[in-house]
Amino acid sequence: MEAVDGNAIGGLLHEVFGTEMTDAASVCGSCGAARQVAELAVYLRAPGTVVRCRSCDSVLMVFVKIHDRTCVDLLGLATLG
Amino acid sequence: MARAAVRGRLSTWQVATVAAVSSETFRARTLLFDVREWPGHRSGQHVDVRLTAEDGYQAERAYSIASAPGEPLALTVERVDDGEVSSWLTQEARPGDLMEVRGPIGGYFVWEPAYGGPLLLAAGGSGIVPLRSMLRARSLAGSDVPVRLLYSSRSWEDVIYASELEFPGPGVQVIHTLTRSQPPAWTGYARRVDQPMLAEVAWPVSGGPLAYVCGPTSFVEAVSQALVQSGYPPERVKTERFGATGGT
Repeated sequence: MEAVDGNAIGGLLHEVFGTEMTDAASVCGSCGAARQVAELAVYLRAPGTVVRCRSCDSVLMVFVKIHDRTCVDLLGLATLG
Repeated sequence: MARAAVRGRLSTWQVATVAAVSSETFRARTLLFDVREWPGHRSGQHVDVRLTAEDGYQAERAYSIASAPGEPLALTVERVDDGEVSSWLTQEARPGDLMEVRGPIGGYFVWEPAYGGPLLLAAGGSGIVPLRSMLRARSLAGSDVPVRLLYSSRSWEDVIYASELEFPGPGVQVIHTLTRSQPPAWTGYARRVDQPMLAEVAWPVSGGPLAYVCGPTSFVEAVSQALVQSGYPPERVKTERFGATGGT
């Protein structure tokens, strides 16, 4: 499966965070790579939406929609925003 | 960082009415929308489109905006073989039809005339759509930023905006490459974009160029890596990948 960019989930991120997030800064909790959210690797067809680091491939964010709730897992990030 | 469950909120979906439809190629159409409270957009941004079936089933995809800032919302959509949203948009949708849109979205893959250049635009297939918005924005603003557009298509029949790109205006060079089949007497490039092609087409690094690369993932990776290898600073190469079969 090929990754798309963080840009592709700009709408989802806006829904979750309430603001434009594609140009927000992120730091990977595993390798420390700093990138704008738009530059992260996004897998849309996993169960849920999975965002990975383009340097070390660690999972940074996971979003799973269940009915009207979105479950958000940001454990892979050191910082965001 | 933390885990959380966020209740679905921010019902930012708006009703969009199809105002006009025009064919670009046998697989691509441009749809013009009437959105009552469209806040305006920047070149390079996209919208999420949501379709709802009679049984309540919903499908949602992201599509780049084709029109310039200040113009009504227009999307150019290319049909992909397993695309439930793109099939409807390219084959069924007609003026008066309703759907929902959310956006505009994106603050990274955007360009406005004040960003300057020289500008290198590289498109693979329907990756031309957000770049076309940039070209229109440049033209409407009367900008003289020099632009080179390298546009990779499978065949001449697959070239979107072909007539518009034939006369792109002063300061804009359009270079096509046709990767699968070429018309008789074709003298242009006839292969995938590679380092030697970029060496001929791309602006020299010394001029401080700004590059936007949009297309299928494999195209974007190949072009952006080649540009960085030839000395473009990574932060001056903006990328937008839309996967193997299209979508964004």
